Amino acid sequence: MKITEYIKNNILYLDGSMGTLLQARGLKAGELPERWNITHADEICDIHRSYFDAGSNVVNTNTFGANTLKFSLSELEEIVKAAIENARTAIAQSSAVQEKWVALDIGPTGRMLAPYGDFDFEDAVDVFAETVKLGVKYGADLIFIETMNDSYETKAALLAAKENSDLPVFVSNAYGEDGKLMTGADPAAMIAMLEGMGADAVGMNCSLGPKALCEVAKKYLEYASVPVILKPNAGLPYVENGRTLYDVQPQEFSQDVSELIRCGVGIVGGCCGTTPEYISAVVEKSHNIEFKPVLPKNFTCVSSYTKAVFFEEKPVLIGERINPTGKKRFKEALIANDIDYILKEGIAQQESGVDILDVNVGLPEIDEEQMLKSAVCELQAVSDLPLQIDTSDIKAMETALRRYNGKAMINSVNGKQESMDAVFPLAKKYGGIVVALTLDESGIPTKAQDRVEIARKILSEASKYGIDKKNIVFDPLALTVSADNSAAKETLLAVWAIKNELGCHTSLGVSNVSFGLPQRDIINSTFFALALSNGLSAAIMNPYSAEMLKVYYAFCALNSLDDNCAQYIDFAQKLPKPELAAVSVSSNSIAENSGYKSELQRAVAKGLKEQAAQLTDSLLQTTEPLRIVQEEIIPALDIVGIGFENKTVYLPQLLMSAEAAKFAFEQIKKSLPSDKSADKCSFVIATVKGDIHDIGKNIVKLLLENYGFDVVDLGRDVDPVVVVDKVVELKAPLAGLSALMTTTVPAMEETVRLLHEKAPWCKVVVGGAVLNQEYADAIGADKYAKDAMETVRYADKIYNVL
Amino acid sequence: MSIVFTETFGFLPYDRGEILRYSGTRGQSDDIDALLDECLEEIDGKTANRVCYSEFEISQYGATLDLGFAKTNSLLLKKHLSDCDRIVVFAATIGIETDRLIAKYSRVSPARALMFQAIGAERIEALCNAFDDTVKNRYVAKGERTVPRVSPGYGDIELEMQRKIFSVLDCPRKIGLSLNDSLLMSPSKSVTAIIGVSQGNEICTEKTGCAVCGYANCEYRRDL
Repeated sequence: MKITEYIKNNILYLDGSMGTLLQARGLKAGELPERWNITHADEICDIHRSYFDAGSNVVNTNTFGANTLKFSLSELEEIVKAAIENARTAIAQSSAVQEKWVALDIGPTGRMLAPYGDFDFEDAVDVFAETVKLGVKYGADLIFIETMNDSYETKAALLAAKENSDLPVFVSNAYGEDGKLMTGADPAAMIAMLEGMGADAVGMNCSLGPKALCEVAKKYLEYASVPVILKPNAGLPYVENGRTLYDVQPQEFSQDVSELIRCGVGIVGGCCGTTPEYISAVVEKSHNIEFKPVLPKNFTCVSSYTKAVFFEEKPVLIGERINPTGKKRFKEALIANDIDYILKEGIAQQESGVDILDVNVGLPEIDEEQMLKSAVCELQAVSDLPLQIDTSDIKAMETALRRYNGKAMINSVNGKQESMDAVFPLAKKYGGIVVALTLDESGIPTKAQDRVEIARKILSEASKYGIDKKNIVFDPLALTVSADNSAAKETLLAVWAIKNELGCHTSLGVSNVSFGLPQRDIINSTFFALALSNGLSAAIMNPYSAEMLKVYYAFCALNSLDDNCAQYIDFAQKLPKPELAAVSVSSNSIAENSGYKSELQRAVAKGLKEQAAQLTDSLLQTTEPLRIVQEEIIPALDIVGIGFENKTVYLPQLLMSAEAAKFAFEQIKKSLPSDKSADKCSFVIATVKGDIHDIGKNIVKLLLENYGFDVVDLGRDVDPVVVVDKVVELKAPLAGLSALMTTTVPAMEETVRLLHEKAPWCKVVVGGAVLNQEYADAIGADKYAKDAMETVRYADKIYNVL
Repeated sequence: MSIVFTETFGFLPYDRGEILRYSGTRGQSDDIDALLDECLEEIDGKTANRVCYSEFEISQYGATLDLGFAKTNSLLLKKHLSDCDRIVVFAATIGIETDRLIAKYSRVSPARALMFQAIGAERIEALCNAFDDTVKNRYVAKGERTVPRVSPGYGDIELEMQRKIFSVLDCPRKIGLSLNDSLLMSPSKSVTAIIGVSQGNEICTEKTGCAVCGYANCEYRRDL
């Protein structure tokens, strides 16, 4: 029988620990257990057989660490082949009569994936793929991905399994005492992602005993639509008389596990510290428990690498600001590859309270696929909100979905056959909630009922791919009311009908409704309120609009979606009070009393960001932008910089001031024509190869930018050749290199050497915790700068003699 | 094969003075205090205190010191452990969330990134101190004593030893800590170290940290 059929109606018994038994049989510290498949095949067979005899239906091969990071491909092949043979031999040897299968065991690589580590996602997929292919070649019955404590690595392993085999895949994660993975994902987030990608069973193993995993197991039972795996440790280890023991004994273990089987867990076994004795105790205690089939759950949710966002009663806010349409500054940022600008929009929207960020970076002038990929990856390094991948470029969509850590929102598909043919396969492979626009080959129907018909057609096409209707959110399209008087009314009717006739969730790009009208906020927010009362589940909206947020918080408070109106009260209290809102910008009295020439100087020097921006903005009404820079901002920075050099201003203050200056510059930039630049010259900056510390480099970058240099930041862990190529390309007169560790100084030396060889005109400044004057001299740098201010001074000196 | 234990600690009180020192602040300033308050509020509840450790017997053969999981020629380690017959090797981490805050604010507010960097440094030191104390008390209760922790990369202790520590403590699995090819740890606010254990209960008076460091002009030097 196929295992996927068996688990629909039966409790599936897994095996217990392999490692514990190997140690008992003499595996030494530092010895790779996977080699025992070859060197101690009899022992491994014996362990597998003892689990089958104890009642296990499935044993996991001894391949936890069998991957190309630890073994050559040829040794890996021998190991996987032997491992599967050992398990097959054990089946032949066992006299037990239950159904038996062999699972190819896949554990984590032990490496942290980027952005927090240096292991690339695709490299991880490749590593897992090699093991999977061998598992298929040598006849494993299923793939068992286990003990994963990071959501991204779990995705890499599952993707590799799905792309390289048709075998059933079980996925089990290791949860800590806080009920989360080590990198923060909670059960709902993991289930959303793994089910979306087609895991056949999901669950948890290792780290804790069955009692401690009880809460996590119950979360799985609440959210999962596939069978739930439970493979806990025998509690915690302790040492007695030189022997390692675990504090949960077989009786107690089997009791606790049986309790969870009664609650609905269908696949059980043991991890560290468990032995065949534990498994037979579990089988004995539970085989008479009436099997509880898994019921499909009807949650619509997306997830990030830490959390899931559910579409329920409470409306979901999707921030629309990461989108170049109609935004000059955003377009410039995209063309200049200014990812920081995009990230700031993401963070600011998160702070305004949105639940999901829409990401649209499509622009004819740029490579959208590349840009969308970096935007998604970089956003996921700074924000834990789920993302809505918004593109009409199918290749870009796939690249982004592949890299996305979680279950994304996909924007969008529509009723055109061509669109469905392209988007649904991606949604099926990578998971996701698909936003479906109710239009088709003949355009957008005027009448609500015709849009509902298109929605039906989309649902039926999706079901051909096995995509459930809970994974489709319809956008019945808000059209401009100024062009067609009944446009808004029909959209509202469609929202109501899709919810009540089809039982599906809806989302609207609310702002479209008011095109061409004055005071658009009024129309938008009223339309939003009407849509919400017609059952709208989500809105793509501008979270900086106070009017929209007022509607949202009031709606939640009035619909018992806000306990004690707490969120409303919090929101209302933060709204600016009209009589206090205007900050006096005309009076220079404070400035006069504090030794600064003007309010703006004071705001910059004191690090008051919003004030600096506001004051610059009003000064721009009367003063040339570049004069403001020269006469206000730079002198203020100088006051602080000199203070820093004299040790009366500390590093955090220097940075606060630099940030305020940046806010001021942002206003200046807006008022400058895009072709006009105030920049002095290029300055290429990087943290050297092998080093991932970049805080010092970022500080230098910020200060240099404030002093007018066009800083090209190559990031961290940068190959010497990349630095040189950029310097040559820009003919940059200055380059800065940062290193924190002694181990990466050689990489810095190599970069300096190569720069002097290929770009002799370029002056190289070095800095970082391990550097000093002697080191800098030894590696041939032109300048050692002990801090960011010294770099600025040096750069100015070089620039002035250019 | 040695057994690896894990231990988690509850909240450890902040040492604001240490955080400010790590941030490069060497005097009083209201605006920095306010910034620190905001950062502490944001990081509240986001740090973990996870440690995994194992005990080994050590022995010396000529110039080589056998740590039970690795061999070393480090003179510093030989001197430091000269009275010891066992060691406790541990790895500690405050988890990935601090890295996330640092990454986030590197893009929008370097001042905050710096503060979170400093808070992270103080947090991991606080965790190591707490663990160090726990270990010390356990051995003192048995009539034994410990010598202060030292780490790979300190003095002439090979950074390469990291690989051995990671392999023997199974850090990725036990506490979610991994090592990359450049021997950097992720999460970044993590420490591996060795605590010496010896029989006999004389109080150890050996100085550590800034007190024994020769780099007198270091801007992070504690006032001694």
